[in-house]
Amino acid sequence: MIESRICVGFCSIKFMSDIQLVEAPPGVEGAGFFATSLDKVIGLARSNSLWPLPFATSCCGIEFMATMASHYDLSRFGAERLSFSPRQADLLMVMGTISKKMGPVLRQVYLQMAEPRWVMAVGACASSGGIFDTYSVLQGIDEVIPVDVYVPGCPPRPEAIIDGFMGIQKLVQTESLRRRNEPEYQKLLASYGIQ
Amino acid sequence: MGKITNEELLKKISEKFDQQITVVGEPYGLLTIETGREQIIDLLDFLKNDTVLQFIYLTDLTGIHYPEQEKPIGIIYHLHSLVNNVRIRIKVFLPADDYHIPTATTVWNGANWMERETYDFFGVIFDGHPDLRRILNVDDMTAFPMRKEYPLEDPNRVDKKDYFFGR
Repeated sequence: MIESRICVGFCSIKFMSDIQLVEAPPGVEGAGFFATSLDKVIGLARSNSLWPLPFATSCCGIEFMATMASHYDLSRFGAERLSFSPRQADLLMVMGTISKKMGPVLRQVYLQMAEPRWVMAVGACASSGGIFDTYSVLQGIDEVIPVDVYVPGCPPRPEAIIDGFMGIQKLVQTESLRRRNEPEYQKLLASYGIQ
Repeated sequence: MGKITNEELLKKISEKFDQQITVVGEPYGLLTIETGREQIIDLLDFLKNDTVLQFIYLTDLTGIHYPEQEKPIGIIYHLHSLVNNVRIRIKVFLPADDYHIPTATTVWNGANWMERETYDFFGVIFDGHPDLRRILNVDDMTAFPMRKEYPLEDPNRVDKKDYFFGR
């Protein structure tokens, strides 16, 4: 991993404040330098600046609004900037019932997102169809796109949505830099008929 | 109260369509009559254009399915006379495997989407409709989901399978 090492300065400076900053990843520390692998730094940066695309269709979307608002404040996790264009989004948050007619639209939004991209299914409807076990409703968005994190609840409380978001952050931090090139990931996408 | 009573209304209709209509009842004061598909458009046209009745507003057009009946599929028209503040309900039942009825778009343009919806959910063919295709469901759906023979539940549902509950 020699070639993918990077040095980040000033990591060991302690600020005189009770605000918690993100902890540095494991690495070699010394006077005036800090060395770790590129994977970890990129993962750290990505996980703390996720741009979510809210795909809100029903009551889970209202819970998401509460999650974004000042009391729960999703911005604390670096998700200050909501992306209403899929082109700039990292995380697709699907919140609410997706009807079968909406399925191709959701898939199109997912296809328009650039790699790396993650998907979170918030609430019972997005995860499994929920109470809408009927001919017109998609029985979980994983019928049309791959999902990384499922958040249970009907609707889930903001705490649950934050927990799901932290689950996504964990994934982002720990997975390899080029997830897209892994055969496992390609197989997953192929099973959905994507590329 | 309406300016025309149900008796007057029925008398007016009977003058022209004597043997062709049967009275179903007056639930909650709403006069309900049944007729056949041969004269339904003539009847609707008469109700709309008669100078006294003036049922100018087609409130609703929908379907219903009674699989046990000899004529299982019904088409139901709700008309409203805004001038006289009176409503009427007209039912037409269609024989099995021959779900054809003339379109009401020749009388009201507003019938267009309602007939598309009725086609979408019940599979009734409205002869002469300008653009009879599905409106609410996905285009590649093969069933007519409001008919009783189609199950309500989605067959792709996995988390309600019996083995998850020890059954």
